[in-house]
Amino acid sequence: MTDLWAGFAEAARLLITLDPDLTAIALRSLQVTLCALVIACAIALPLAAFLSVKRFRWRRAVIALLNALMGLPPVVVGLVVYVLLSRSGPLGVLGLLFTPSAMIIAQVIIIVPLIASVAHQSLRELWAEYHDLLISLNTTQCQRIVALLWDGRRALLTAALAGFGRGIGEVGAIMIVGGNIDNVTRVMTTAIALETGKGNFALALGLGFVLIALAILVNLAIHWLSRTETGRQW
Amino acid sequence: MRIMSTVLAVALATATPVLAEDMKMAVTTSFHNSGLADVLLPEIKADTGIDVQLLVVGTGQALKLGAAGDVDAILVHARAAEEKSVAEGHATHRREIMYNDFVVIGPSDDPAGTADSETAAAALQGIAGAQAPFVSRGDDSGTHKKELSLWAAAGIDVANAGDWYRAVGAGMGAALNTASGMNAYILSDRASWLNFGNKGDLGLLFAGDPVLFNQYAFLPVNPDKGDHIRNDLAMQLEEWLTSARAAELINGYQVAGEQLFTFNAQMTDTAKAAE
Amino acid sequence: MVGALLPLTVRGAQVRRRGKRLIGPIDLVLDGQGVTIVIGPNGAGKSTLLQMLHGINRMSHGTLNWAVPADEARRRQAFVFQNPVMLRRSVQDNLAYPLRLNGASRSAARAAAQTWCTRIGLETAQTRAAMVLSRGEKQKLALARALITTPDLLFLDEPSASLDGGATRDIETLLKQAVADGTRVIMATHDMGQARRLARDVIFLRGGLIHETGTAPDFFDAPRTPEARAFLAGDIVE
Repeated sequence: MTDLWAGFAEAARLLITLDPDLTAIALRSLQVTLCALVIACAIALPLAAFLSVKRFRWRRAVIALLNALMGLPPVVVGLVVYVLLSRSGPLGVLGLLFTPSAMIIAQVIIIVPLIASVAHQSLRELWAEYHDLLISLNTTQCQRIVALLWDGRRALLTAALAGFGRGIGEVGAIMIVGGNIDNVTRVMTTAIALETGKGNFALALGLGFVLIALAILVNLAIHWLSRTETGRQW
Repeated sequence: MRIMSTVLAVALATATPVLAEDMKMAVTTSFHNSGLADVLLPEIKADTGIDVQLLVVGTGQALKLGAAGDVDAILVHARAAEEKSVAEGHATHRREIMYNDFVVIGPSDDPAGTADSETAAAALQGIAGAQAPFVSRGDDSGTHKKELSLWAAAGIDVANAGDWYRAVGAGMGAALNTASGMNAYILSDRASWLNFGNKGDLGLLFAGDPVLFNQYAFLPVNPDKGDHIRNDLAMQLEEWLTSARAAELINGYQVAGEQLFTFNAQMTDTAKAAE
Repeated sequence: MVGALLPLTVRGAQVRRRGKRLIGPIDLVLDGQGVTIVIGPNGAGKSTLLQMLHGINRMSHGTLNWAVPADEARRRQAFVFQNPVMLRRSVQDNLAYPLRLNGASRSAARAAAQTWCTRIGLETAQTRAAMVLSRGEKQKLALARALITTPDLLFLDEPSASLDGGATRDIETLLKQAVADGTRVIMATHDMGQARRLARDVIFLRGGLIHETGTAPDFFDAPRTPEARAFLAGDIVE
């Protein structure tokens, strides 16, 4: 219990003094996860819409696979990405290992199935609603996908935020592919793991509380952004 | 889409390119936890302009990273494995830099009586005899290998020991946390122990036997592994690590009033001349 | 000037699902002006017939020929569903959507949408979400969205089912105006009063087959089959 209070105190100290290390690490966390989120959304959302509007032979298999991959163990993703990006691996020439790019790649792999699955759940319902009208209007496959993505954007926001949550709190994969290098690839979660390893529970907890606050802040910010946008529209 | 582009703009704006002379060095958790790196790295940067990026991993993983050509140099403490790495051509050579020592940590009431032992072997035999809980790193790290060799020297077969012997498969800090949690004995390097913030009821019970000394060595990765290997920087770093300046900083580094490391590198003639 | 969409000629058309016949075989020629009303008991296949003619319900057998190529024919018709499908957008954006699909500019689509908003009495609700409209308003919006591209042929599947009198009258006024402007209308309904008010001719459907057809005066005043007579008298017909 005393550790918990010390953690709160440490979190407060870090925030009040605007600790420069903390700021850098927090910004790097945001940078990595937001980049991964943008890329993952660009892949997962159209995929989810496509799976909703298009009937093809392997559709059910693909959906089942995506649902299964939601539980992908990050450590395994990290190892696979490490092996691929290692200098002795097939993509070694890119020199991406132990860079933020490697962490982004790992996070994209981890959150794409999650975002696609959650997005597909809601887009499937929307498609059931829109099906007759959009068929009647003689829309192309592409126009249907665009209509679903645009009109389902609020539900998709929830999917994206779920992905953000998984990404920003992830440690297993980015520890392996990022290497937790100070000032280069150290982010909130790997810093927490490091401080825990040193037995500095107060500092680790403090960082943890800051991470939670950061996640809440981003959620609120995105909701607020979406509300001002729809406010103008409607 | 507007949100997306905003997010992207923020993400790109905060991206910080690293343009200094960078090299990557894999080090062991025990070295990093000692805090010595925090003293040495800024000095290395000031003296040589090299930004050494540390990958803090276990000895096994450090050697593996070197073999894969993913780092430029490694600094570890597992002599046999290091010599094997050189023999297999993964590293150009092995250069001894400094040593610290291992200590036996345990509950302050010391049920196994290790504090009164004459030798490390006797201390371990005491623990085994009392069936007192003992936490092993169990992660194939340098410390773990050292621990296994000590048990072997004490004539105890821990592979078939009872449930008092607990291999946790974790780094030094995590293993110390575990030992603290179950009030168990553990073998730790002195630096990790002194810097450890969650000591609980544990205390330092036995130290000083020369078999507990822990030699750190620097291994530059073989530049044949690719053009990306910064062997030039690794050689520069080696020169600095074996210089009088490094000796002064390493010998002078203290935690809680105790010297942790002893510099013992063979200096080159130029370094000696500079001294 | 583009060629006429009609006549539409249907020969031996059947819709089957999972081995079960829903409608057909149907033989039908559709031409001329005005409103054709499709009536018949529940389950007779009225919706299926309209959807098959519109091309959103696939035929299992038979042929269906327009006076123009099939893809052009699809572009020149519209469909209003029994349960209006509202896009999760503003009223104005719902109206603008078909025009935008046809390649209209944003400003042109907006201007047309505003005109139609006024025509259907929703000028003050233009920026509101279509989802929050009343049922009657939704159906008027759906009709306006179908008419905004000035289709040559309009299908309506019981558009005023469970609407109050005022909304039904509004819908019929819009329909009469569309017919006056040259749109051919085919409408399924349960409302015999509405059928009498609008119909030029009638298709009486029973058990998935066309049981009787005729001009409105002939059908309503002198139905030839006993089933049609019973249906018009308000008896239960299966």
